[in-house]
Amino acid sequence: MEICREGETLQISNLDPFLAELLRQIPISTNSNGAPDAEARLFSKPSGEQEMCAEWKSYVEPELRRLFRSAMETVAADLAQLNGNEKSFRNRTLRIPLEHADAWLNALNQARLVIATKNKFSDDELNDHDRSPIGSRRDLSLFQVNFYGFLQEFILREMGAG
Amino acid sequence: MSAVIAVQLDEGSTSTVEAPVREEEAKVKEEIDVPWQVVVHNDPVNLMTYVTMVFQRVFGYPREKAERHMLEVHQKGRSILWSGVRERAEFYVQQLHGYLLLASLEKVV
Repeated sequence: MEICREGETLQISNLDPFLAELLRQIPISTNSNGAPDAEARLFSKPSGEQEMCAEWKSYVEPELRRLFRSAMETVAADLAQLNGNEKSFRNRTLRIPLEHADAWLNALNQARLVIATKNKFSDDELNDHDRSPIGSRRDLSLFQVNFYGFLQEFILREMGAG
Repeated sequence: MSAVIAVQLDEGSTSTVEAPVREEEAKVKEEIDVPWQVVVHNDPVNLMTYVTMVFQRVFGYPREKAERHMLEVHQKGRSILWSGVRERAEFYVQQLHGYLLLASLEKVV
């Protein structure tokens, strides 16, 4: 896989089927339905005061849900470039307009938080970047979190924030 | 505490009305006066560079100041990013939640 910036576009090229599939998994990975801990992490309480939390749930949470869904839909639309059969991934290039960078950062963060919360990864696991090859579903999930983090770092650097 | 006073309406009849509730006023004034602080809590998933960028964007802090707060969150578990009136503090926390940071509002004690 190669990753670079061409003008106002971020490009991820030479994608192998495995990494392409991980990319295609971003939208579904943001789904916290049926996972109360992940839901609680995405929509965290603003305070210890019950009254404030109740107001927050009524007025702020719907806005946040709209924001998160919009980011996810932008990413899903960009990822439509990867639709097709597995063989056609060879030398496939994913082009992300720089103006979608915020949506990508947000959706990648949603996905990382949901995966990490569902798997209850420890701090040590999240900081272990030299983990041995993937041998279990849990290893794969941790790899996914790290891969999405790598993409975030790249996007941040190209936005001038890294 | 609310006081009840008697008011004579017509000859021979009286009625009672509630006096203005001073306690409520005092509470509202206190809520206006008491400053609130915006606290960001550590989260091992969010990237350090991402958190720094969010602090720059939300609070308009220069990079060095944003990095100092990010490191404080990382090393001490929390950092107070801003303090002031409640409405503004709520706005900041909403923005931070939009970036998926763990943030909360606390009354300054």
